[in-house]
Amino acid sequence: MQYFLDFEKPLVDLEQKIRELRDYSTDSVDFSSEIKKLEKKADKLRAEIFSNLSRWQRTQLARHQNRPYTLDYIKNIFTDWFEVHGDRNYRDDPALVCGFARLDGQPCAVIGHQKGRDTKEKVYRNFGMPNPEGYRKALRVMQMAEQFGLPVFTFVDTPGAFPGIGAEERGQAEAIARNLREMAALKVPIIVTITGEGGSGGALAIAVGNRVLMMQYSVYSVISPEGCAAILWSDGTRGPEAAEALKLTATDIDQLGCVIDEIIEEPVGGAHNDYELAASQVKQALQKHLAELQELSADELIEQRYQKFRAMTVIQEPQKN
Amino acid sequence: MAWFKKSKAPIATVETKKVQMPEGLWTKCKNCDEIIYTKEIERNLNVCPKCDYHFRISARHRIDLIIDEGTFQEIDAGITSVDFLKFKDSKKYDDRIKTALKKSGDGDAIICGAGKIEGLPVVVAVFDFGFMGGSMGSVVGEKVTRAIELGLERKSPVLVFSSSGGARMQESILSLMQMAKSSAALARLKKAGIPFISVLTDPTTGGVTASFAMLGDLNIAEPKALIGFAGPRVIEQTIRQKLPEGFQRSEYLLEHGMVDMIVPRNEMKAQLSKVLSVFTKQPAT
Repeated sequence: MQYFLDFEKPLVDLEQKIRELRDYSTDSVDFSSEIKKLEKKADKLRAEIFSNLSRWQRTQLARHQNRPYTLDYIKNIFTDWFEVHGDRNYRDDPALVCGFARLDGQPCAVIGHQKGRDTKEKVYRNFGMPNPEGYRKALRVMQMAEQFGLPVFTFVDTPGAFPGIGAEERGQAEAIARNLREMAALKVPIIVTITGEGGSGGALAIAVGNRVLMMQYSVYSVISPEGCAAILWSDGTRGPEAAEALKLTATDIDQLGCVIDEIIEEPVGGAHNDYELAASQVKQALQKHLAELQELSADELIEQRYQKFRAMTVIQEPQKN
Repeated sequence: MAWFKKSKAPIATVETKKVQMPEGLWTKCKNCDEIIYTKEIERNLNVCPKCDYHFRISARHRIDLIIDEGTFQEIDAGITSVDFLKFKDSKKYDDRIKTALKKSGDGDAIICGAGKIEGLPVVVAVFDFGFMGGSMGSVVGEKVTRAIELGLERKSPVLVFSSSGGARMQESILSLMQMAKSSAALARLKKAGIPFISVLTDPTTGGVTASFAMLGDLNIAEPKALIGFAGPRVIEQTIRQKLPEGFQRSEYLLEHGMVDMIVPRNEMKAQLSKVLSVFTKQPAT
């Protein structure tokens, strides 16, 4: 199904025109010069649109319905993938997928939020919003990775933790908190990639890593722009303004200098235009960072992770007289 | 347009003479709606004498109630927040900090220090809900982390009294990271075998609950405190259902296995002393 954002429309129309011209072309009718012209125009337009995106537009891209999700990345990056299910306490959470695979032959654990494409799957995946059992399953898999000495790769793409009665009853705060503490002490490398929406505690619960990478059009924030607007102005429709204030894009966060390690460039026009290219960009980054981390001992890994998060502070120390 | 016109002017209400009352002499209990002489509430440790509702108290007051007189030594006082994002909603974050500073006289939403509880040395961090809703930004996260690190250094048990609306939005991603930072410090404390006691007071929600506040070796709650991750209003709007009676209150969390005990304010110090004495293997008194 074709889906596009408002600001993508002129581009989508142009691409449609090019496709049509191609379809009409036969041996006797030659549109190749027109096609070339239009393609040039499309490239220019694309560059223009994507070099001037507002923070809200980037948020929309991060949430794009056609954006590759965790299982798409897994398919294009890893081999021998097998999924595991359940937290051994309550149930399985389809909003967070966990399993094991190989990266270039190297065995590893893979964890990520999973959203759905169509309505039925969206509901099944709870729109990528985990319940406590999701975080607990993730922790179980991370501890298994530690047991077998395997690196952990996580993929973050969630609007946030699920605000439901059951989630509170079963202690989602405790589940998130425990992951933060246990991930800090894990003896194997953890590499986090924010692929789409990095929403609040639901994202952070699988995002305490030795490396934190962000895709070019992903966002990462303490609260969704809509949620922020609802609190600040009692008006959830003022998300675009809140997005500006929250400075939630990969570029913004990179400028803080202490939160992320790298921005992974996406294919022109966003990852949804080319899953394979997007995945190969991610794969290259994962390989590079894993190679660096494999040089470290378990204690060094824990220390490096601790110091990384320890440094995430901007404060004014009292003036000494 | 109205179908019937009002032919008569409405009956005028009789002007009643208002009794002039000095502000703050009487307090209406938020829980039982009873009007109570403020001094009486204060004498009762800010607990409603009628219904046992625990009013919020300031961090300084809390420290006076828990820590042995004359033993409290504050650490990291005077660290203040920075508006590094130039965050602006209806007001600049910078101005909000300044206003809160002027009002409270303390550096931010938490006060930390070392002291003694019935002779036992502890490190304590106490939230001040009065300072921007006890929200956690860089300063709060850093001070909690330093308190934990001090406990680690001195091998003293660490106590945190939480009262917070959660992460401070004005510091966006960095406020989220404070959850990871403080929880990482707790991993070290746990490994070193030092007790961490989390006391949850009204209200403890959001990012504070989803980090150190839920990670106590013991989680202790004051009666009827609101404790949760997502706020009740957000949940109601999401699921479009009425929430069950007593949802996200201390008693509900005790029933669901998230807190170990509920301790009223007037028994808190004795209970903490008993717990810490056992955990640190002190001889019985």
